[in-house]
Amino acid sequence: MTPKADTSVAIQPSPPAKLLVEGVSKWFRTPRATVHALDNVNLRVAEGEFICLVGPSGCGKSTLLDIIAGLTMPDEGRVLADDQVVAGPGRHRLVMFQESALFPWLNVFGNVMFGLKRVPGLTRKQRHEIAAYHLKLVGLEKFAKAYVHELSGGMKQRVALARSLAPDPRVLLMDEPLAALDALTREQLYLDIQDIWARRRKTIILVTHNVREATCLADRVFVMTPSPGRLRDEFRIDLPRPRDVNSPEVAMIASKIMAALKGHMSVSPEAVE
Amino acid sequence: MKRAFVIILFFGALVGLWQLATMSGRWSPVLLPPPLAIVDYLWGALRDGTLLEATRVTLYRLLIGYFIGIVIGLPLGLLTSTSDYFEDTIGALALGLQTLPSVCWVPLALLWFGQTESAMLFVVVMGTVWSVVLATDAGARNIPPIYARAARTMGSEGFDKWTRVILPASLPYVVSGMKQGWAFAWRSLMAAEIFVTILTGFGLGHLLHYGRELSAMDQVIGVMVVIVLIGLLADKILFSPWERFLHRRWGTGLK
Repeated sequence: MTPKADTSVAIQPSPPAKLLVEGVSKWFRTPRATVHALDNVNLRVAEGEFICLVGPSGCGKSTLLDIIAGLTMPDEGRVLADDQVVAGPGRHRLVMFQESALFPWLNVFGNVMFGLKRVPGLTRKQRHEIAAYHLKLVGLEKFAKAYVHELSGGMKQRVALARSLAPDPRVLLMDEPLAALDALTREQLYLDIQDIWARRRKTIILVTHNVREATCLADRVFVMTPSPGRLRDEFRIDLPRPRDVNSPEVAMIASKIMAALKGHMSVSPEAVE
Repeated sequence: MKRAFVIILFFGALVGLWQLATMSGRWSPVLLPPPLAIVDYLWGALRDGTLLEATRVTLYRLLIGYFIGIVIGLPLGLLTSTSDYFEDTIGALALGLQTLPSVCWVPLALLWFGQTESAMLFVVVMGTVWSVVLATDAGARNIPPIYARAARTMGSEGFDKWTRVILPASLPYVVSGMKQGWAFAWRSLMAAEIFVTILTGFGLGHLLHYGRELSAMDQVIGVMVVIVLIGLLADKILFSPWERFLHRRWGTGLK
């Protein structure tokens, strides 16, 4: 899947952003209990870097992603995107959700256009060309007129990827985008994501519980532990790209990360869900 | 083909049983006229124009009352679904008033408006609005919150989010609210027409009412049949196209 789309619009990606998470803590209060979801999380992400957060469910990784997106406000600390404090969601930091969150009342093309229509300073024609370009980028140009329910799970997530990329965000936040897919489709999407990332460099933070997935995709992998959610270990992955998720090198690093994950769990088993 | 056959068989058997019952002579033909007498009445009323005129008057009232009910009910329902404050106030009010059968509005309407079209409309609107509010509210609460979140990250907030995301996302529920409203408007109007006699127009309800006063059972049953048929037709004409459209988009209800 390496289409070379032709458009008259110069598709120059805006520069990727750098992110700074400073001392972020978050509590969720319910009538019965208070959950310490995040505890003093610090993270520095360079421009164009691919970061993966791995951890068991309930470790607060999705909450951290929401806070970076601006969908949730931290109780302590702050997030800086390009030295600007994040005060709310914005189209420079798009989120790609686990369930595709595509809109069923729009067709595939309409979905890709949704974010684009809210980008100022583009003509109608430009928006159409950019949308077509991104549909081609994910290999779904033939399905522009299809409705969401007519697509397979993998196709839906490709549309979601195109929808997130089209408005040219500086940061792409992915919340377990591939968790619901079968293994074959997932492996194809690993290749697609690497390919697209190589060509349209973005700062990416991807949340997953799949250690191999993280190893395959990331520059750096962070291991998170629950109750309270903390960033524990950092792994730098220097393998050449594109990486094959089944290669022994990936498997070896993944097993190291897995060991770290399990190590944290055995220390305080009561802290694991 | 087979299904059509079963349908004809079923309703044919029903009419046949009815015919047999009238022929048995156990019930007075005044109280239980034979099926043909109904057809006779309908044909006569159709030819002298009373039936068409009554249908026209009734549908006119229905459409206006229904329209007002929807215009008030839909936004209120969407409003109560998004805010606890509106839910606790308007939602509670809607829930309370919806339990009130629409006939109960008739005495109040008569005292406030007298024997006028306004009284009629008032009953229809009161019978419609609250059920529309509740159906829309229940539906809009089922909109996956992820739609709104995705929209917000793509820079859609406030009015834009409402018109481009919440409203289209709630379309299936809005349609079911409108359908609910139609059923209630139809019931309310019949109640109003039976109990509110006004000179500005005789609707189907009045025909039914006078059928009773004249002990004309063929008229009573004939008008009831017409009322049922109109209800069915409205469902097919007004709502089926919408539902088919939604099923196509959402991929629901496909076999």
